[in-house]
Amino acid sequence: MSALSLSGVGKVFNPGSDQEVRAVHGIDLEVGRGEFVSVIGPSGCGKSTLLRLIGDLTPPSAGTVSVNGKTPARARLDRDYGMVFQSATLLDWRKVAANVELPLEIMGMGEAERSRQAAAMLDLVQLGRFAGHYPWQLSGGMQQRVAIARALAFKPSILLMDEPFGALDEMTRERMQAELLRIRAETGTTVVFVTHSIPEAVFLSTRVVIMSSRPGTITEVVDIDLPEPRSYETREDRRFFDLLTKVREGLRAVEAS
Amino acid sequence: MSPNTRRVLSVLGILAVLVAVWEGYKWMGTATGGVWPGTGVELPVRTNERSMPHTWDVVIALLRPARRGGDMLLLVLLKAALFTWRSALLGFVLGSAVGFGLGVLFVRSALAERGLMPHVVASQTVPILAIAPILVVWAGRLNVTRWLVVAVVSAYLAFFPVAINTLRGLRSPDATASELMRSYAATPNQVLWKLQVPAALPYLFPALKIAATASIIGAIVGELPASMPDGLGRAILNFAAAFSAAPAKLFASILVASLVGIGFVGVVVLAERMLIPPSRRLEDLEAAGPRGRDLKEVVA
Amino acid sequence: MLYHRLPAIGIFVGGLIVWEGVVRAFDIKGFILPAPTAIAATFSAETADLLTAGAGTFSTALAGLLLGGALAVLMALAAARWRFVRDGALPFAIAANSTPIIVLAPIANSWFGLRSPFASIFVVAILVFFPVMINLVRGLLSVEASEVELMESYAAGRLTTLWKLQLPNATPYLFSALKVAAALSLIGAIVKEFFGGSQDRLGQYITTKAGLLQFEEAWAAIVLASIFGIVLYNVVVLIERRVIPWHVSVRNV
Repeated sequence: MSALSLSGVGKVFNPGSDQEVRAVHGIDLEVGRGEFVSVIGPSGCGKSTLLRLIGDLTPPSAGTVSVNGKTPARARLDRDYGMVFQSATLLDWRKVAANVELPLEIMGMGEAERSRQAAAMLDLVQLGRFAGHYPWQLSGGMQQRVAIARALAFKPSILLMDEPFGALDEMTRERMQAELLRIRAETGTTVVFVTHSIPEAVFLSTRVVIMSSRPGTITEVVDIDLPEPRSYETREDRRFFDLLTKVREGLRAVEAS
Repeated sequence: MSPNTRRVLSVLGILAVLVAVWEGYKWMGTATGGVWPGTGVELPVRTNERSMPHTWDVVIALLRPARRGGDMLLLVLLKAALFTWRSALLGFVLGSAVGFGLGVLFVRSALAERGLMPHVVASQTVPILAIAPILVVWAGRLNVTRWLVVAVVSAYLAFFPVAINTLRGLRSPDATASELMRSYAATPNQVLWKLQVPAALPYLFPALKIAATASIIGAIVGELPASMPDGLGRAILNFAAAFSAAPAKLFASILVASLVGIGFVGVVVLAERMLIPPSRRLEDLEAAGPRGRDLKEVVA
Repeated sequence: MLYHRLPAIGIFVGGLIVWEGVVRAFDIKGFILPAPTAIAATFSAETADLLTAGAGTFSTALAGLLLGGALAVLMALAAARWRFVRDGALPFAIAANSTPIIVLAPIANSWFGLRSPFASIFVVAILVFFPVMINLVRGLLSVEASEVELMESYAAGRLTTLWKLQLPNATPYLFSALKVAAALSLIGAIVKEFFGGSQDRLGQYITTKAGLLQFEEAWAAIVLASIFGIVLYNVVVLIERRVIPWHVSVRNV
């Protein structure tokens, strides 16, 4: 059974009104367990909408989404999703550890176990020393790492990430990408990752999904057969550049059409 | 000079200027016989002892007995202030609780908001204080203590800013924060207590400051028709009636009323300082101002 | 639009019906709670008296609103321009804003005379002055540093910066204060009249009628005052929509 299965999924906002928008249309996609799938496309192509459809933040207008063989709503209630957005969205009245504990609190986990789990997660993102800090005392990259620790705290089976590194500078970004791959290797989580950046998509993924806009449809899926584990050298691999070109051409074809 | 020293000096400066303007105007009027110098045009306010007692006479009046052989005026007024403050405090607590409850109700139910919010806004254009005389008669019929009635008037004035700012604060978290809570499958109550209420706290305090002043106003004005012998409202009316004999006493009682208002707001400010870390404190107008959701936007 | 207003209208009409029904069903005496229909009947019977009183109160409220608002704008401009004015006046204004200013009414009475309209105008003007001034100063000063630097890069003078940047930025703040002030001015005018004033004013009308236990009349006067308050508030809203159609608070309403 695949982790994610979408067939004929479409989303229309404000149907029937003069502000009707067909955000995504006719999406078919299978994501296997442990896969890392990036979704890339021009602004407004509906990639965030796609992510929100998977995460049950908005219902589809057509087609079916199945997550671990369940409906998205069921999967959400089962806490199958960890979400990370472009902004870290940490609650600024809670210290870093308390932010990581938030989902565990909501799930009714006991206090001792909660703080043990939060500490483990903060170690995983290498922020153990900052447990007692307030979010605003951390840099943007550190805040985003806390957000990732929080998303992983309850061991979700799927991580949904919406341009999580979009607001970071290039250096931090590359470090975060390496970190994310390390964490995924340790946890084996399935990841769906929305991004604007071609190198980011290629470096991280096992597959890159290219979307066109209005309505958002999948135009091409590129398999990324780069050797594992990926490292700094990967970015200088000949194959890496070939794949970059391939994805770039796929995107250009989208823009031209 | 530190900013605080500068601020204190500036305030003292303005105070000195105000006293100087008062005394200067009085001196000029006395010298010219109540007209603008060099003209026959009468001054807008007469400058005799009755209309404008010397500023120091007001202070002295506070320290003299209110009645021959009685307590010091300051003491009498403070007692009256305490009495008024009791109604105001009850009104403040009641009004804030109702305001908070309405905010929570509105953020939970769009229907309740659409149905009630226009009335909440309109309620503040109703001169509630005008209803005070009627409330007093009701209280007489229902055998309710009058100071409770005064507290109700006071609560009516206090609830509004709290309701508006609570709603604004409950809605202040980013959409992504709400989506995060949704992804955790949090119940509405968990969203309320773990996300919305903590986010609303900084918005609550500026509203509580307004509510504190409003509750004092409500209490003083509520006392007028309630003809309660003990409160500050009554004291002001009495001294206003005896104005021609002892003008300084009226000014002194108004001074005390003002200080009671400032003191109450000061207590709220202290509470805010203790409960809200500096980085999360909102300037009064960030919370209420048009950069956030404006009154009308909330209504529409 | 109408659909959105429906719940509010429903509650209003429903409330009136319940009120009327309760008064009739329990035969509640008029001096405790008059029925809406009784108030309406009184309104038409007493129209002339009510309108005279209302017009008097309304015009003093309006005059006070305009005077206090104008003075507040001048003071705010000075405070935005000179730092020492700001440092001195702002804490003072904030303190004054926490005082029950309405208690100045008896002083106003003694200064201008019990029957002088200036007594009411004076009280309303002071009541309006502080919130409007504080809001406007904050609006004038809340421009972003980058915006000021942009103006400096154009070598704009202080007046140009004030006119092109600070004033437009402050206008929404001004209007949100004026909306509060509009309601405040009418309440202020009425309460000032509680402390004494002409007989043919709403405040005196209400206290007199309530004292005589003629509550239909008192309620009719309160309804009239509310209508005035709502009208004044909405006039400010209308002006706001004309002046700052670009602002979030006004968009797509």
